[in-house]
Amino acid sequence: MSLRIRALESILTEKGLIDPAALDVVVETYETRIGPRNGARVVAKAWTDPAYRARLAADATAAIAELGYGGRQGEDMRVVENTPEQHNLVVCTLCSCYPWPVLGLPPVWYKSAPYRSRAVIDPRGVLADFGVSVPETTRIRVWDSTAELRYLVLPMRPEGTEGWSEEQLAALVTRDSMIGTGLALPAGTAA
Amino acid sequence: MNGAQDLGGMMGFGPVVAEPDEPMFHGDWEKRALGVTLACGGLGLWSIDESRHARESLPPPVYLTLSYYAIWTRGLTTLLERHGLVGADELAAGQSLRPAPSTPRPVVTAPAMAAALARGGTCRREPAGPARFAPGDRVRTLNLHPTGHTRLPRYARGRTGFIEAVHGAFVFPDSNAHGVGEDPHWCYGVVFTGTELWGAGADPTLSVCVDCWEPYLELAA
Repeated sequence: MSLRIRALESILTEKGLIDPAALDVVVETYETRIGPRNGARVVAKAWTDPAYRARLAADATAAIAELGYGGRQGEDMRVVENTPEQHNLVVCTLCSCYPWPVLGLPPVWYKSAPYRSRAVIDPRGVLADFGVSVPETTRIRVWDSTAELRYLVLPMRPEGTEGWSEEQLAALVTRDSMIGTGLALPAGTAA
Repeated sequence: MNGAQDLGGMMGFGPVVAEPDEPMFHGDWEKRALGVTLACGGLGLWSIDESRHARESLPPPVYLTLSYYAIWTRGLTTLLERHGLVGADELAAGQSLRPAPSTPRPVVTAPAMAAALARGGTCRREPAGPARFAPGDRVRTLNLHPTGHTRLPRYARGRTGFIEAVHGAFVFPDSNAHGVGEDPHWCYGVVFTGTELWGAGADPTLSVCVDCWEPYLELAA
């Protein structure tokens, strides 16, 4: 497939239909500027600022834009909040829909058949694959991204982080915790 | 279509294996596959729905054995041939054999790409009329099996759930993928219990929210 894409790129460039510099912009954007640290900032702010958290719940797209994040594959965002009563897990069973502006490009496993097939029927089994266990008394809500809404999980704030700054808190927020296949890191793991 | 892309509920693929310290791209060709796909999409000849349908139209044995960027590359090849941008003869020759046709939108330059990524393009549209359903309504999904594109997964067809969210009106993929216009319809977050979807053996704590366009739904008795 690497030969195929190289041939396509060269033919399209020859025809003047693509500008290779535009391709470099795509790669540079998602390799260096847009990734899960964006989402971590959103989560950390939500943990420390109840008014912001309320705005996230009311209009996630606008609240995320307050931090300067938005654009392709994040045009219509929803944030779903983990609580002791409900754990949220996001999947796209039909393709690979994922909130790019806050998480970057999806990892291979998110797009893979094992994840897409099992997340909706056996989410606890999927969580176990990630070494995550959610209490039997906690409900599991799976969000299948079948339309153009994009979902970000707001994980629970780890205990023992009272008084922490947004920056300190953001360091505990992993990509997987914002998909729902992980939890935020415990306070003791902070550098 | 009932293609290989519709994976929800299938079994036998094994555990989810996350790659430690996964790189953003596995080889330069993946970067090019993403970049060329986005750059060609910007020419305005096809929609995101048509491109999804091009990928899911791969024969199941092919779809299930290709990596994701390989699926994208195959889908892109279909679109380029369908819309007359690159011919099979050119692909075989590895070079351009005729001039490019005109395109609805100009070639995407680097600044235009940066702007497009930052701006995005919402599929939200003005609704043509009022929403048929309200939060709390019990609805049933229709038992639809279109041969074209749809975003109603098989596991959620003919199932009863309730409207949890009214998202607004959005471009309807089932129409838009086939070049017959955007045909916007109301879209809803519909919640199904695990037992409704998977039967008595399901995790009793499970519920699944599927975003459904209005034509997928009817009021449940």
